Amino acid sequence: MTTEPAKTHTEPVKDWTTDYDIFDPGYIRDPFPTWDDLREKCPVAHTERWGGSWMPTTYEDLRKIAADIEIFSSRNPLVANVGEPTEEVMADLENQFSVGAPPISSDPPVHTWSRALLLPKFSIKEVARYEEETRELCRSLIDRFIDKGRADAAVDYAQQIPSRVIASMLGIPQERAGEFTEWVRGFLEYGLTNVDLRSGAAMQIFSFLNEQVQERKANPGDDLISYLLQAKAEGAPDPIPEPHVLGTCFLLLVAGIDTTWSSIGSAMWHLAQNPDDCKRLIDEPELITPAVEELLRAYSPVTMAREVTRDAQYNGCQMKENDKILMNFPAANRDPKKFENPDQVILDREVNPHIAFGVGIHRCAGSNLARMEMRVAIEEWLKRIPEFRLEDPEAVTWAGGQVRGPRKCAVVF
Amino acid sequence: MRIKVDTEKCEGHNRCFVVAAELFELDDSGYAHEVGDGKVPAGLEEKARLAVTNCPEQAISIDEDK
Repeated sequence: MTTEPAKTHTEPVKDWTTDYDIFDPGYIRDPFPTWDDLREKCPVAHTERWGGSWMPTTYEDLRKIAADIEIFSSRNPLVANVGEPTEEVMADLENQFSVGAPPISSDPPVHTWSRALLLPKFSIKEVARYEEETRELCRSLIDRFIDKGRADAAVDYAQQIPSRVIASMLGIPQERAGEFTEWVRGFLEYGLTNVDLRSGAAMQIFSFLNEQVQERKANPGDDLISYLLQAKAEGAPDPIPEPHVLGTCFLLLVAGIDTTWSSIGSAMWHLAQNPDDCKRLIDEPELITPAVEELLRAYSPVTMAREVTRDAQYNGCQMKENDKILMNFPAANRDPKKFENPDQVILDREVNPHIAFGVGIHRCAGSNLARMEMRVAIEEWLKRIPEFRLEDPEAVTWAGGQVRGPRKCAVVF
Repeated sequence: MRIKVDTEKCEGHNRCFVVAAELFELDDSGYAHEVGDGKVPAGLEEKARLAVTNCPEQAISIDEDK
């Protein structure tokens, strides 16, 4: 364990194949040309920055690496390695809560039962229970700005949706959504390159969730925390240990907010610049289902990481134990070997086996929830605001790294 | 035409069910299997092919002759 920050040098990148920087502002804004270049020249790139990592960019490599769970472990899915929290903070986290975020941060056998616990709660049918309240929520958000003729589609709309839906699933009062959105950003966005921010945010989230877990133990309700506290699955300890429940709640909060907010935000950013696509979605409402898949493909928000469990050769690269692999699912989804005209958004694209939700055993457990939120958010927006455009394309700001999406995206209508 | 889901490969993306709900069923955890013996009724062949090409896990096979 070290408190020494890893090498993070910020001088401009000269050679992306050997020295890429996923936090380079230009790359965050427009990573697509870099990926095209890397796929051609060096499909598995390497860097020493941010703790060092390898980055595959082709669809085939992403599928193969995701499938090889023995060599490529999910024990630490964060994309930057900027040092561990101090021993004191770690001891605090461990003593108080036991850290981890299963199943995302685990391998089989724990992964198998911890995922089995969650999946039934995220089926298409279960997720549909939250559709009407998601619609209500979207309408109430639009009510707040529709008369102004302008809004920030990221801040006033996209950002507000997933935190409230997940709060509702966890039985947490929605008034607290703003608060924990900031903690999640502290963990995944600002904290990704700053270990003190990250561990502080983790501590806040765990403390908050621990209160909720204790509360649910005393007064169980019809919510996911109560369900997890009494859930059973093959191979799982009975009852599920409380630290595990806490870790899973942590995952639901952290994984369910930034990600979906980013994909809704990117969808709005795209639609603001493509009035023909808005018109098509209004004229042919059944297109929304393939359109959501296409927007997920073209603007996939999430990059996860794997860790190499033993020295191994992969595609000509000599990887060492503990090396990090950035699972660049977004780049795979723009691979021209897999997708025709990958840089074009084709709302009714017929063949679209995208891996925006990952591929293999760690396929995003919340994918049906994310899809429902995206579909409802787009439908409700277009019903009230069929025509809109970016106020100033240059003023749009993006977050990147683990999760890519617009953070400021002012539109006028 | 007959289709089959390899349940070892299915990871529950649910893409097959969404393109061809007539041909696939999901269990409570979202894992897919073919309806009945996988026989594709006349007129649904194109949907069956789309289910195959949209599966990110390449878990669905198709036998055109059965």
